[in-house]
Amino acid sequence: MITEENKKLAQWAMEYALKNGCQASRISIYYGSNSSFEVRDRKIDRLQQASENSMSIQLFVDGRYGSYSTNRLDKKELEVFIKGGIEATRFLAEDKARTLPNPSRYYKGGEPDLQLFDARFDSIDPDSKVELAMKACDEIMGKDSRIISVNTSYGDGKEASYRVTSNGFEGENSSSYFHLSAGVSIHGEGEARPESYWSDSSLYFDTLQKQGIGTTALERVLQKLGQRKVASGKYTMLVDNLNISRLISPLLSAMYGSAIQQKNSFLLDKLQQKVVGENLTFMDEPHQMRSFGARYFDGEGIATQRMPIIENGVLKTYFIDTYNANKMGVEPTISGPSIITMPLGTKDKEGIIRTMDKGILVTGFNGGNSNSSTGDFSYGIEGFLIENGKISQPVSEMNITGNILTLCNNILEIGNDPRHNTSWKIPSILFKDVDFSGL
Amino acid sequence: MVMLGSLAAPSLLGETLSSGAINQAVSIPYALEHFGVTESDLRKVLTAALEKGGDYADLFFEHSFSNNISLQDGAVNSAHSNIDFGMGVRVLAGDQTGYAYVENVTLSEMLTAARTAARIATGTVSAKAPVGLTEKTIGHNYYQVKTAWDEIAIKEKMPYLQKLNERVFALDNRVIKVSASLGDSTSHILFANSEGQMYYDYRPMATMVAVCIMQDGDKVENSYASRSFRMGSEFLTDEIIDTMAKEAVTKTSILFQAIKPKGGEMPVVMGAGGSGILLHEAIGHAFEADFNRKNTSIFSSQLNKKICNANINVVDDGTIPFNRGSVNIDDDGVEGQKTYIVREGVLTSYLHDRISAKHYGIASTGNGRRESFRHMPIPRMRATYMEAGNVSEEEIISTVKKGIYAANFTNGQVQIGAGDFTFFVKDGYLIEDGKLTQPIKDINIIGNGPKALADMTMVGNNYKMDNGTWSCGKDGQSCPVTCGMPSALVSKLTVGGES
Repeated sequence: MITEENKKLAQWAMEYALKNGCQASRISIYYGSNSSFEVRDRKIDRLQQASENSMSIQLFVDGRYGSYSTNRLDKKELEVFIKGGIEATRFLAEDKARTLPNPSRYYKGGEPDLQLFDARFDSIDPDSKVELAMKACDEIMGKDSRIISVNTSYGDGKEASYRVTSNGFEGENSSSYFHLSAGVSIHGEGEARPESYWSDSSLYFDTLQKQGIGTTALERVLQKLGQRKVASGKYTMLVDNLNISRLISPLLSAMYGSAIQQKNSFLLDKLQQKVVGENLTFMDEPHQMRSFGARYFDGEGIATQRMPIIENGVLKTYFIDTYNANKMGVEPTISGPSIITMPLGTKDKEGIIRTMDKGILVTGFNGGNSNSSTGDFSYGIEGFLIENGKISQPVSEMNITGNILTLCNNILEIGNDPRHNTSWKIPSILFKDVDFSGL
Repeated sequence: MVMLGSLAAPSLLGETLSSGAINQAVSIPYALEHFGVTESDLRKVLTAALEKGGDYADLFFEHSFSNNISLQDGAVNSAHSNIDFGMGVRVLAGDQTGYAYVENVTLSEMLTAARTAARIATGTVSAKAPVGLTEKTIGHNYYQVKTAWDEIAIKEKMPYLQKLNERVFALDNRVIKVSASLGDSTSHILFANSEGQMYYDYRPMATMVAVCIMQDGDKVENSYASRSFRMGSEFLTDEIIDTMAKEAVTKTSILFQAIKPKGGEMPVVMGAGGSGILLHEAIGHAFEADFNRKNTSIFSSQLNKKICNANINVVDDGTIPFNRGSVNIDDDGVEGQKTYIVREGVLTSYLHDRISAKHYGIASTGNGRRESFRHMPIPRMRATYMEAGNVSEEEIISTVKKGIYAANFTNGQVQIGAGDFTFFVKDGYLIEDGKLTQPIKDINIIGNGPKALADMTMVGNNYKMDNGTWSCGKDGQSCPVTCGMPSALVSKLTVGGES
């Protein structure tokens, strides 16, 4: 993790940069270590272990900006590296918008620990980690004659960073993670070998789901048997809580200062305007304890705060960092969201399915992309045809095509089932009139 | 140890890079010194790696330095450089893999890593005697540089981005923003394995990207052009700047006239070049032998069987001079080569790394690649393309009554076992009564690998390699690749669109 020696090295690097012609700088030191055990058909297939350290150096030299990073943390080498960086930066064009943030916006400390690191991390027995992957494998092996191959894995890691700036910011983060996953391939129709997976992640070993990961993976792959494409047309679409973030992400990407400044956003000039349906509200809640994504400050050191992103369909904020704020002459906000939440409905995925006469439940995306200027999207999907409140047919090899703003104006219902092992806590959502292409 | 902290990192090899293949006798001693190790150290680490009874071990030393400069709002006003240095130890026991890496390349840390990786084997006695290391001769250098990137300063690179910016703005008065970046990287690789092979490779890479944003009335659109080669600074020419500027503007301006087509199943004519993404996704990944030895690919039972039209020949090639996907030698210690994966319609070879080659009892095809010393090698594509057929593109288009012509692509994906693959069409055209008519944009196309291949009924005579910045992701590792195609007709794919 970050040692006192690491901190001193970062502070030294900052002083060294300032003494050698740089007027401002931000130095970060990262530490990470991870291990993983992969099991295939009850045999350890791969084991991996590593730890690493690196330094990132941002230099503001004579109104110019360069950033440099290295995993060579020897002082003599860093001296050459920093001097070289200062020299290289001087060649660049002047850019007055490149400044450190106003120090009044920095996180000043004093808040309670966000509890992102499991103090037990180093005391967990490696054999018990392998055993978890073996048990997940056991939940699948021999349970169906069509099974071809079972891959499960256990992984964990810890990471930490320390950041210091020449205008007074100093901050430190550390976190741990634990991950258990299972994947299974089975014989399908003809030469097809459908596969599926399931996994859980947690910041704490004790709260990692240790049973049922394999069983769920097997259930998910068996449900895929008999996948067909169905007729093209407009359908009601339910996207499950595993995949909804992928669908929503272009909406969030369009709020970044870099996209707004480059006029490459379909949300340009839309602040405080109604852009999507009134039933959509997104909040940024950065200070949730024991949650992925929790943080008191962003990459610039700016203090995070609870704030609405979209409120009853109205766009409440862009994510504007210091550079883009300076360029556009507007007030900076934050460089990006931390934990996204939304007001929940009353039904989970199954409850919503029961209300659907006819529609398609999307349980996986396959490729596709979106246009950042217009919000138009087109994605490959798989999932299930829903008829009379029940799953009637697994579907695949279909596309959905539309526009993200239109889609978010057509929300019929918001579920109550966000996954908690992620920083975007968005539940299953039901949309009307979505274009599906199939037969 | 000898170390290089400078941004202007070592011009290791002035003389050894000057002509023909890399001179291993000269470069290996230099590389050993560069990484601060001796042959004796390597033998000790290899011995430790095998002390639990592993079958095979290798050591992969890497020192990479990369530089990127970017232009926004008319000025080259941002630079980034990175140094990455370390070594990885891999131990194989049957088809099981143990892997560990260190950034601090000392004998004691390497020994610790070797013993960690060794745990994949479960024996307790040393099964292998220390090996003698000999230089492996590599017959070719597919990416010999004229001027190494560390020999030119940032101020010599900047004018190219400025020119690119000016050309794009000059080509169309609807251009409102241009951003462009130039990246270069140089990797020094030293490899040694328990079979006694040792080699050095010098891997340059150059990339340039131009993003163009245009406004027409109240409509805004964006597109881009990119190029990448394993080259030194001779990559930078006025010609490449002109070509990219024109391409970025053409690809953006067409979007203003483009519509979303009506979706559903229809014939798709794949234009020459970037359509190679179809090969990459529809068959390339499914031919990677790790999936096949595990029997999880939809092509696992199809080796030596006829899978498509006899006019179809598909190659995965690591030997194209200066190609982004080329490898002098792969990260498994096997020389780069040209591998026919489909010949006259028959699936002739999977893409092998050392593990799968041993599993099948054949020679590796040289496809064992890794992102960096932080990763173990796995089967990866290189430059994947279809050879030219014998009909003109016009003839292919003329056979389609109602369908889609796919011209430019951004990304793709595949499900290896189910065979469903997709690619995203940034722009193209409707085909109506055998002619290209209305431009189209932003649609995903989805199909099934074996079916799409079987439905490929015409292959054009206009083969073209796409030298864009293609990167392929697999198992959390990113790898530089390329793809190419002549124009070809797929009689039925599912096209995204309005209903």
